[in-house]
Amino acid sequence: MNRIVESTVQAGVQVRRVPVSTTEPFWIRMLLITITVVFLGFVLFMPLAAVFTEALRKGWGTYLRSLNDPMAWAAIRLTLLTAAVAVPVNLVFGLIASWAIAKFEFRGKSLLITLIDLPFAISPVVSGLIFVLLFGAQGWLGPWLKANDIQIIFHVSGIVLVTVFVTFPFVARELIPLMEEQGTEEEQAAVSLGARGWQTFFRVTLPNVKWALLYGVILCNARAMGEFGAVSVVSSQIRGRTNTIPLHVEMLYNEYNFVAAFAVASLLALLALVTLALKTIVEMRMQRQAAESLSVES
Amino acid sequence: MNIDVRSITRSFGAFRALNDVSLNIREGELVALLGPSGSGKTTLLRIIAGLETIDAGCEGSIAFDGHDVTDRPAGKRGVGFVFQHYALFRHMTVFENVAFPLRVRKKKHRPVEAEIQRRVQELLDLVQLGGLAKRFPAQLSGGQRQRIALARALAVEPRVLLLDEPFGALDAQVRQELRSWLRRLHDEIHVTSVLVTHDQEEALEVADRIVVMNKGRIEQVGSPEEVFHHPATEFVMEFLGQVNVFHGRIGDGVARLGEMTIDYPSYPHAEERAATFYMRPHELDILRTANGPGQLAAQVVRMNPAGSSAKVTLQTREGTPIIVELPLDRYRELSLQRNEYVFVQSRAARVFLPDASSEALPDYAI
Repeated sequence: MNRIVESTVQAGVQVRRVPVSTTEPFWIRMLLITITVVFLGFVLFMPLAAVFTEALRKGWGTYLRSLNDPMAWAAIRLTLLTAAVAVPVNLVFGLIASWAIAKFEFRGKSLLITLIDLPFAISPVVSGLIFVLLFGAQGWLGPWLKANDIQIIFHVSGIVLVTVFVTFPFVARELIPLMEEQGTEEEQAAVSLGARGWQTFFRVTLPNVKWALLYGVILCNARAMGEFGAVSVVSSQIRGRTNTIPLHVEMLYNEYNFVAAFAVASLLALLALVTLALKTIVEMRMQRQAAESLSVES
Repeated sequence: MNIDVRSITRSFGAFRALNDVSLNIREGELVALLGPSGSGKTTLLRIIAGLETIDAGCEGSIAFDGHDVTDRPAGKRGVGFVFQHYALFRHMTVFENVAFPLRVRKKKHRPVEAEIQRRVQELLDLVQLGGLAKRFPAQLSGGQRQRIALARALAVEPRVLLLDEPFGALDAQVRQELRSWLRRLHDEIHVTSVLVTHDQEEALEVADRIVVMNKGRIEQVGSPEEVFHHPATEFVMEFLGQVNVFHGRIGDGVARLGEMTIDYPSYPHAEERAATFYMRPHELDILRTANGPGQLAAQVVRMNPAGSSAKVTLQTREGTPIIVELPLDRYRELSLQRNEYVFVQSRAARVFLPDASSEALPDYAI
């Protein structure tokens, strides 16, 4: 009895401590929070729950069997392969681009930054079409590719290529602001202390941006595995050969094979959850680093 | 190590940061490059370090002990550079920061781990921070960070130590402490050092010689005593310490400053011309009664006896402000009143003729 009274008093004191002018009335706060939760419930939690319920509608046995299908395995393998090429390529490209932009002064720098953002600005389907226009049979480089017996469109290499294109801003976008903020003083110090170029990069520059780099890589990977629009344009969608996970899901769904479609889709949903968790961890690390570097400068 | 800078020019676009600068720095001395921002002092320091290049068409050169190092990269010059904002590696411990120059050496020159441990500890003890080896830069105060940066620069075993506004980012008290600490350290290790600063007090206190710079040129090189008491140019006069500036005329061996006339035998020419007079606050005295034409009537505006001397601000009838610094005894003896009219007498002054390329006439004393 005594306890309850005490805590009520404490709660009362705490409420009174918040100045009235800096907070909204109780009902407005509740309304805003409720709207947010309901909205997220509709667009996020309900679909996520739906994916897993639909996938497991006919029990674990059917679920696992759907995943153990050779065609599903082929789609998973192709998706992993695509990510395995696109992510390292964009990691290297992102590092080079942000290094160039953040540490050097040159003409056309702001144009370059805009160009790096391009894949974010245009629809993925359009990105796919650009590649068809370039490398397709009727495209600019089509005849030359044909003469040299190289196939890109409707081939695995086309899928990898558009995925690289669609995902290249992720790493660079994370690194450029951080590198610009850090400046070049530590690199200058390293050079004056006798470090050679590669030592400066691997011992000073890279460790300073490692968390932002990892963050970019995580986002890049999620997009590379989940990309649908651009990939669907350049893929011939041949089962077992040019089908990625998202394409495979769509194909199963169109064939009214709902359980299998949702089972495979649940893999992508799991990937999203893992990405979210990793992202949160890395974000916490980055905030800690930002706080530290802030106190270094003050 | 002896550093010889010969006719260096450096431009950034249309801006000339350094204009045909030559300078010799002798073995073992501590030289301060002093000047306002934009005077080219940091650019000169960075060129000596090899962190900045000279203009492509410039014929100038940098030589260390007679060897031309103009085209030698920074890492191979054997210089230790200390940055204004420390530039410590934020992801490394204090120990690893100081060990960095040893670890990046080529394999055959790299000391073994035990030797690295010993050397780093020795350097940390030298900067009196032996206990902080495991900390990260973010966990140190500004003064501690700068001392670690210095230890790291010394780990190179530099033949010359270059410091770019090393105390600029610190608060006044820490700055004062580090300043005298740096001077003691220099007396201990005797490495040729060049320090960039815009703080004249710092330069006067720490340096063996001061290089006063302005607008990409060297105005004067000399000991602290020389540049303070015998400034070569008007700029040096105004930049070092407080000074009262008067505009008057000079001719026929007499200088005229409003109602005040002073004998000035070093300018005997009949032709009268405009001149600028410089008098330091401590070179002026205040009298209750005029005892000749050598004094200037002025009204007491403000008095500030808090300090090792008393500062009195006065105003002439024309409205020119005058600052006088009196010894406290003299100040008490006078017991000045506000708004009182008194006479200001000069014990020494320097005269510059504005149109004669800032040529200084010899000092005079009354």
